[in-house]
Amino acid sequence: MRLILAFLLLFATPLRAEIDITPVTSPGGLEAWLVEERSIPFVAIDLIFEGGATLDADESLGAVAFMTALLNEGAGALDAQGFAIRAEELAARISFDSGRDTVSVSVQFLTETAEETIALLNSALTQPRFDEDAVERVRAQLIASLRRDALDPNTIASRAFAEAAYPGHPYARPSEGTPESIAAITRDDLRSAHRAAIARDRVHIGVAGDIDAATLGPLLDALFEDVPENTATLPERASFAAESGVTQVPFDGPQSVIAFGHRGIPRDDPDFLTAFVVNEIVGGGRFGTRLMRELREKRGLTYGVGAFLASGLLGESYQGRLSASNADAAEVIALIRAEWEKLVAGGVTTDELNRIQTYLTGAYPLRFDGNGAIAGIMASMQFQGFGIDYVNIRNDKIEAVTLEEANEIARRLYRPDSLRFIIVGQPEGIN
Amino acid sequence: MRSFIAAIGVVLTAFAAQASTVTQGTLENGMDVVVIEDRRAPVVVHMVWYRVGAADEPALKSGIAHFLEHLMFKGTDDLAPGEFSAVVEANGGRDNAFTSWDYTGYFQRVASDRLGLMMQMEADRMTDLLLSEEEWRPERDVILNERGQVVESQPGRVFNEAMLAALYKAHPYGTPIIGWRHEMETLNGDDAKAFYRQHYAPNNAILVVAGDVDFAEAMELARTHYGPIPENPDVTTRARPMEPPHVAERRLTMKDARVGTPYVSRMYLAPTRHESEQAAALQMLAALLGGSATTSVLERKLNFEQGVALSAWANYSGMARDYGMFSLGIAPVEGVSLEDAEAALDAAIVEFVQEGVDPEQFDRVRRQIRASEIYALDNVQGRARQYGVGLSIGLAIEDIDGWIDALDAVTPEQVMEAANILLDRSSAVTGYLTQPDTEAVN
Repeated sequence: MRLILAFLLLFATPLRAEIDITPVTSPGGLEAWLVEERSIPFVAIDLIFEGGATLDADESLGAVAFMTALLNEGAGALDAQGFAIRAEELAARISFDSGRDTVSVSVQFLTETAEETIALLNSALTQPRFDEDAVERVRAQLIASLRRDALDPNTIASRAFAEAAYPGHPYARPSEGTPESIAAITRDDLRSAHRAAIARDRVHIGVAGDIDAATLGPLLDALFEDVPENTATLPERASFAAESGVTQVPFDGPQSVIAFGHRGIPRDDPDFLTAFVVNEIVGGGRFGTRLMRELREKRGLTYGVGAFLASGLLGESYQGRLSASNADAAEVIALIRAEWEKLVAGGVTTDELNRIQTYLTGAYPLRFDGNGAIAGIMASMQFQGFGIDYVNIRNDKIEAVTLEEANEIARRLYRPDSLRFIIVGQPEGIN
Repeated sequence: MRSFIAAIGVVLTAFAAQASTVTQGTLENGMDVVVIEDRRAPVVVHMVWYRVGAADEPALKSGIAHFLEHLMFKGTDDLAPGEFSAVVEANGGRDNAFTSWDYTGYFQRVASDRLGLMMQMEADRMTDLLLSEEEWRPERDVILNERGQVVESQPGRVFNEAMLAALYKAHPYGTPIIGWRHEMETLNGDDAKAFYRQHYAPNNAILVVAGDVDFAEAMELARTHYGPIPENPDVTTRARPMEPPHVAERRLTMKDARVGTPYVSRMYLAPTRHESEQAAALQMLAALLGGSATTSVLERKLNFEQGVALSAWANYSGMARDYGMFSLGIAPVEGVSLEDAEAALDAAIVEFVQEGVDPEQFDRVRRQIRASEIYALDNVQGRARQYGVGLSIGLAIEDIDGWIDALDAVTPEQVMEAANILLDRSSAVTGYLTQPDTEAVN
């Protein structure tokens, strides 16, 4: 079959993200972004509370994660069984999660059960019981999970990188705590963590689905009834302190997990988006990046390699990850360094920039893939500090990036001499 | 409260039936077409599924189906290596592929006005693949690294391979999809090409298009791009070795220093979705035994009441051509041996068989299944995948569309009858995954 190749080379005119976001302010003053989509009778709400594990006291590491794991284990008049049964009766899907910077809540409910589901979720946010039996049951699960993490080379690599990057800052601590810290956490610690992490003025709210603004406002007030204002102060910003070099963490496995990186770029930096574009060329998590071409396609050294701008609420780094055979670890490190040097010396090409701009602008609308995804993006965009019109101007901003700007940020961001490598495994040929 | 729930159930049923717009057709060359219309966003998912997978591999060539899937991105007479994905990206799309025992699938998500281009390229690589040694050699290292990363670095995955190898005495479901390392190391471009020629043809393929497109448009594009490819009469479905009667229970233990949480896993051979009534009863059984981390029978008994388990699970999977599987498992709390945990798990099953179904739990499970039909409509790609898998393993559209109704029709009596499968371990494998030194503790 002959293809008409000329047609293939036509670059696409990017789709506009046809996303109509309504800002909603509830009668009680809560702000949310709403994407109304009435064709399926359910609603998705995502909440992101700023703070997360950075609010843990040094002597109770993992308290926020532990507290979050208990939010669906009994609240108000319902014990753990009662809470789960109620959610099942409503056919509502409620999940809680925590991380370094955030506690997040995702809920999906059928339109008809909105009030009942919101009441249930409100009780979890305001009256978690922390029953003794639930605390002990979840404690045992968390400790088991931490023991698994301690034997997982990916987790070991991430922790070692964080420790090297942010010594003395909460970012250097394990967000889920340690087996010892979790074992020592009391119900009072859990109540303190709850008081610190769940606050109405630290929340970002995204909503999508079968609901209008007039209905949503009072519903949000009901969801946040009795959720207090914040009392806990967020930690100071973290500065990246890892020095260049190679750290080996011995681990008995068939492969080496390699984490690498150096200082990054804050997400409110005016050049952040340009850095994002350059990273997509070099290491964004897909085929066709420079790193994938050099390490996977040409040499078969890894199944996958990616690099990412790890720009958090309180600090930032630029990091990459891959697994490779122990025998190939030295070659992999040399190739990564060489890619960094090549980029700083030669920059990206016009062709690479054009291609990535077409890809990024064209792929953007694909993200808005259903109510669940959209609610998450709405909350996340607010957490990251974007304006409500960002979805409409984001592609223009991507297209406006020039080769000069891209290469200036390439020289500023990429630091071959500062690269720090953490190798978890039995790498060969590394001094 | 009960009547409130029942009332919503009625609304849900009516809604889901009306929202479903799935249409099927066939091209003259035998290629099946399924179109799922969803106009919420100007995006389509384009998938081509081949009714061939790892269970169709010749002896000594385990992993060839998956290796070929990787090599399908390496170029044709018209497209340079890597160009397929580059064109998808240049059109703002994303693409990938997957291999299972029964099927191999290729897909792109892209703006709906690029659907024809995706079909043009996918049709091109259906028969015109080129493979130079320069391309397949590094890619073989990639799949070996993939095996290293996603299997050999994870003791749970290695254990799972060992369990399946013990469960299937003859059938190729006992061979890992990615292949055994020693055979993968010998695979080459000729092997891939032979497998490709034998299995890749329109009469062995299913096109699934989901999203912003209607049936007529999709069929017209399909006729234009896939229509000209001639049917290949040489495409053969290999007869697969089937299981002899299982008369002996199998048990195994794997010890690995990287195991953080020891657990017991049990796998039973079970009917597939082709036996729809039995499959529905098994699915309901799995939902009752293990469908919730809090309220399911196993979690309630073993975790909440007896405190012997960190977690306990049950799962049924019937989406396969030849054999389904029911699995159970328990991860004990510290201080409880795997032997005692297994005994507690078996006792909980026996108790369940004696006590019967809790009618309130049964109602809640049914209600959640009805709601899941609504939630599933939000995920276009998930729906496309469901139809692709179903048709690949030989189900009809009506079987897939009728699944929720089949679940709804299951009675508590049928669930209890299905539960008997769990009392006979002659068709089952039980495995312990543990640290080398736990034995001393026990």
